[in-house]
Amino acid sequence: MMARTSTLGRFLRHPMGLAGLAILLVAVAMAATANIFFPDGPWKMAGRPILWPGQNPDFPLGTDMMGRDLLAGLLYGARVSLLVGLAAAVASIVAGTVIGAIAGYYPGWIDDALMRFTDAVQTIPSFLAAVVIVGVIGPSVTTVVLSIAVTSWPMIARLVRAEFLRLRKYDFVHACRIMGMSDARIMLTQILPNCLSPIIVASSVLVATAIIVESGLSFLGLGDPNVISWGAIIGAGRSALRVAWYITMLPSVAIVLTVLSLNLIGDALNDVLNPRLRQR
Amino acid sequence: MADAAVPRPAADRLRPALRFLGRRLLQALIVMLLVVLLNFSVLQLAPGDMISVLSGSSDMTAEQMVSLRAQYGLDQPWLARLGIYLFNLAQFDLGYSFRNAAPVATVIAERFPTTLILVVASVIVSLTVGTLMGVVAARRAGSLADLVLLAVALVFYATPSFVIAIVLILTFGVTLGWLPIGGLVTVGAGLTGWAWLADLVAHLILPVIALCTFYVAIYARLARASMLEVSSLDYVRTARAKGVPEWRVVYVHALRNALLPLVTMAGLQVSSLIGGAILVETVFGLPGMGRTAYDAIFERDTNLLLGVMFVSALCVVLVSLVVDLLYVLLDPRVSLE
Repeated sequence: MMARTSTLGRFLRHPMGLAGLAILLVAVAMAATANIFFPDGPWKMAGRPILWPGQNPDFPLGTDMMGRDLLAGLLYGARVSLLVGLAAAVASIVAGTVIGAIAGYYPGWIDDALMRFTDAVQTIPSFLAAVVIVGVIGPSVTTVVLSIAVTSWPMIARLVRAEFLRLRKYDFVHACRIMGMSDARIMLTQILPNCLSPIIVASSVLVATAIIVESGLSFLGLGDPNVISWGAIIGAGRSALRVAWYITMLPSVAIVLTVLSLNLIGDALNDVLNPRLRQR
Repeated sequence: MADAAVPRPAADRLRPALRFLGRRLLQALIVMLLVVLLNFSVLQLAPGDMISVLSGSSDMTAEQMVSLRAQYGLDQPWLARLGIYLFNLAQFDLGYSFRNAAPVATVIAERFPTTLILVVASVIVSLTVGTLMGVVAARRAGSLADLVLLAVALVFYATPSFVIAIVLILTFGVTLGWLPIGGLVTVGAGLTGWAWLADLVAHLILPVIALCTFYVAIYARLARASMLEVSSLDYVRTARAKGVPEWRVVYVHALRNALLPLVTMAGLQVSSLIGGAILVETVFGLPGMGRTAYDAIFERDTNLLLGVMFVSALCVVLVSLVVDLLYVLLDPRVSLE
């Protein structure tokens, strides 16, 4: 077993993972500095509409049809994408871990019932379900996060269950049981820490998927109307596609790069945390 | 495929097959029940009911609203309403779409073929292109071609379908003007026969590409990994040692077994394509189920929206049932347990 520090070291020596981390940090910096650079928010009509990038030095990325600064939109949009991605991933991880852990620790009818349920949720067309949930209940950051989490936890549940099924047969678990430790404590403090690495790998993919789903929802006009998001800028810019394609392309590039960075990080984490799979 | 299969009496083999089918059917039923429950609870969480939506668009007295609520059973407790809902669904009565002035089932039946063509074409195209990319990459693992294909797959994997759709519209529709960018057929052209078919295909090229790219990436990565794994197996080495030509080793011997994980993925793809169809049909203005769901939201036509959800889930369940059976046929090692 390698020491913890060397896991980080190996990640930092992974060129693709490092590239992914660098891109992601840019997105995080964008989100963090949004209100420093643009204290008036992204909705302010700052200049002449449809200024192309570079046309006016005050607006390096140009303005949209309403004369709003696109750079401001991109910075504030980064907040929504990252926030929704992270929140949805955390919610799915918590739900998936609880269900997977219980299913894996209690084989038999509990496992059977929970897994049938998990299979069933996995079969439901997830984007359609998200559209239905947000569309009917009403768009807000909370419903968007909820609609994504509701359909994305099964992946985590399967992962965690498989790990729990494997680990529960180990001697250290038996020892804990003989010592009189409660089931909940064994699951939480003994088994769970041992299955963190697959969860960590999966979580980067979860965040990436959540960002794609959020952008799709807000592209359709089903995002939170009170916050600006990359998908919403693309959706609004569609009507001006012929005269000003940069309005849709800039946020598109932002989405692709952010999702790409998360996928690269996920691949790198997989290589680093599961070295056995590396030969493939 | 050379598993030591001991011949067993037919009845012995039929029993696990029937049990397998039974379990799958039960699972399908659970999924549908879950979808119905999700539908129903979303309906309960929605602000205002069908009647209050209707009353917004027409003059209705309070008495009329009360009598309409009674007529549709909306004044009953929720358990009774769930009962009515289930009873209606069991007869495939999906309710009435007031916006379209037609039963939901009729509206959906009208829009279904467009989505069906889109989804089927996307599965076929992405499976073919993705597998080819993966096989080519695996044959030259580590080469420049492999790296380029992997990079393309990475970008495809990170790009949402509606972004691809917009890029395609910009390049092939607006700038080059090669392909139509909206609708299913040229309106008012009155084409028939082959000309009509060619027109239809031209309209479908860009939407299908937009739906495909994500899955092309997945299949390419899967096929590459799967090919690399299979090509180190003994039976492939045996084929080479026998003097089987290299293309036959790759495309007949190795590919056949490498395809198995892709079949599973194809089943899952259908579920996600139906979701993706909402975006792609909206961008390209195609009159399919996805577009219908989108319109239903903004027209607050909840019955229609939930109808689309129900029918989509039903399709996905049927497809996964077929994929499961296909898998058993393709791979004799899969037991029916």
